[in-house]
Amino acid sequence: MQWEVVIGLETHAQLSTNSKIFSGASTAFGAAPNVQACAVDLALPGVLPVLNKGAVERAVKFGLAIGAKINRKSIFARKNYFYPDLPKGYQISQFELPIVAEGELTVQLPDYEKTVRITRAHLEEDAGKSLHEDFHGMTGIDLNRAGTPLLEIVSEPDMRSAQEAVAYAKALHSLVRWIGICDGNMQEGSFRCDANVSVRPKGQEAFGTRCEIKNLNSFKFLEKAIEYEVRRQIELIEDGGTVVQETRLYDPDRDETRSMRSKEEANDYRYFPDPDLLPLVVDEAFLDQARTGLPELPQAMRERFMGDYALPAYDAGVLTSSREMAAYFEDTAKAFGGEAKIAANWIMGDLSAALNKDGKDLADSPISSALLAGLLKRIADGTISGKIAKEVFAAMWAGEGDADAIIEARGLKQVSDAGAIEKIVDDILAANPAQVAEYRAGKDKVFGFFVGQAMKASKGKANPAQLNDILKKKLAG
Amino acid sequence: MTLALADVKRIAHLARIEVSDQEAAEYLKQLSGIFALVEEMQAVDTTGVEPMAHAQEVTQRLRQDAVTEADLRAQFQAVAPQTENGLYLVPKVIE
Repeated sequence: MQWEVVIGLETHAQLSTNSKIFSGASTAFGAAPNVQACAVDLALPGVLPVLNKGAVERAVKFGLAIGAKINRKSIFARKNYFYPDLPKGYQISQFELPIVAEGELTVQLPDYEKTVRITRAHLEEDAGKSLHEDFHGMTGIDLNRAGTPLLEIVSEPDMRSAQEAVAYAKALHSLVRWIGICDGNMQEGSFRCDANVSVRPKGQEAFGTRCEIKNLNSFKFLEKAIEYEVRRQIELIEDGGTVVQETRLYDPDRDETRSMRSKEEANDYRYFPDPDLLPLVVDEAFLDQARTGLPELPQAMRERFMGDYALPAYDAGVLTSSREMAAYFEDTAKAFGGEAKIAANWIMGDLSAALNKDGKDLADSPISSALLAGLLKRIADGTISGKIAKEVFAAMWAGEGDADAIIEARGLKQVSDAGAIEKIVDDILAANPAQVAEYRAGKDKVFGFFVGQAMKASKGKANPAQLNDILKKKLAG
Repeated sequence: MTLALADVKRIAHLARIEVSDQEAAEYLKQLSGIFALVEEMQAVDTTGVEPMAHAQEVTQRLRQDAVTEADLRAQFQAVAPQTENGLYLVPKVIE
């Protein structure tokens, strides 16, 4: 039987505010336990939540960036459950009326484009952390994270493979960083995904029973967890079993998902509007301000790159994967002034490889956009060949100065003097009469041998186009 | 909607409230009374009336995003039943 995979993602993005969503405590990561947990976060009697404007602004920006409907009036609700890292006994979230509804995100896959619908995005607070290591048989609670603002972004079940789910998660990750609402640090838990996975026979309309895999904090785990879960469900059904709706946890060490809690007691969160918080109203002025604060969005910039710089869709996509990358490309292309595709090739090729190898971010690149443009100019005007350019690039990476200084100091200037090249060619032809005879007898492949020899003799500096012309002329006799 | 004794027990369990059988029977009577009132209200035609999220016609005021709270951990932990290394200790919870 042919199976179709159905995936929907719920993503928690931690909003990059200085203070918590309902209190004035700091959200900085890595502080000593409980030094950033104030009376509100601890749920001491009599405290009241006061909503952080910065969190609302970020949620609205996200809504605008995905072309969503911003609910002018949204409601905070209490989600009730008991756990020691949730001192109030409820999480403040949004239920019936979230701040953001009905948006979409277009995702690039290697061979096609896909639009994933986003059902909603709502504001809520994070819980604290439970530490189960040995505290004399007790559990330690750190409430620094309690009350940290989150935007929970819920997609429709529109994805049909683990690859699509990862592409969507990556696009979302790139977008929240692009618009500056979340730092996207997955190790610190600033961006984490829950995946709802089900399978159905191909062609069937109704969805199969889904399982939810919780807390996937890397793209690799997201992909592997989904792939495992899909295999598990298909094997289960094909063996005559049925999928039970449940929450599962992915174990990266064993590469499998495991049932997290049996649902003998179905979750009943008894949501109701939080009487401590009034309806949140977003007016026109607030919307305008958020709109003005938005940078050019990746999708728009990608299309502009394809138009203004005549880049292929793939290149434009890679170069708009982050704002830093896009700015670097534009600065380089402008300073270079030549064919932008050449700049794109160097950035996506040699520069990315060098950054990768040294584990550096673009921001720490030893080669600035101005330095790279300087190198590209020397290739374009024929001062150096593309091959020599790689040597100059390595020297620039090592901090030896700009392209002109390196070409000068190392004597790498291309030889374009016809007389000098002719002399080299004459010497080679004289030294290799057997190969000359072969070529003249019709064995064209020997030509490459002569080019190699001439390049070697000129230490790679002979102008390749000129060398070809001269060689052909002389070999023709 | 009619409420059964089992519903009362379940609600009590979700709210982590211990109720005796006698109390449960009493609450069943009281809650049923409330439900009867709700049923009466549900008979009212509310077409075109926007659901209310708060009793007053006011909206949420927003706070500027600034850190205003100092570290008062020592004071908070002085009244906590048990702490260690800055953590609040609670009876062991395992998923």
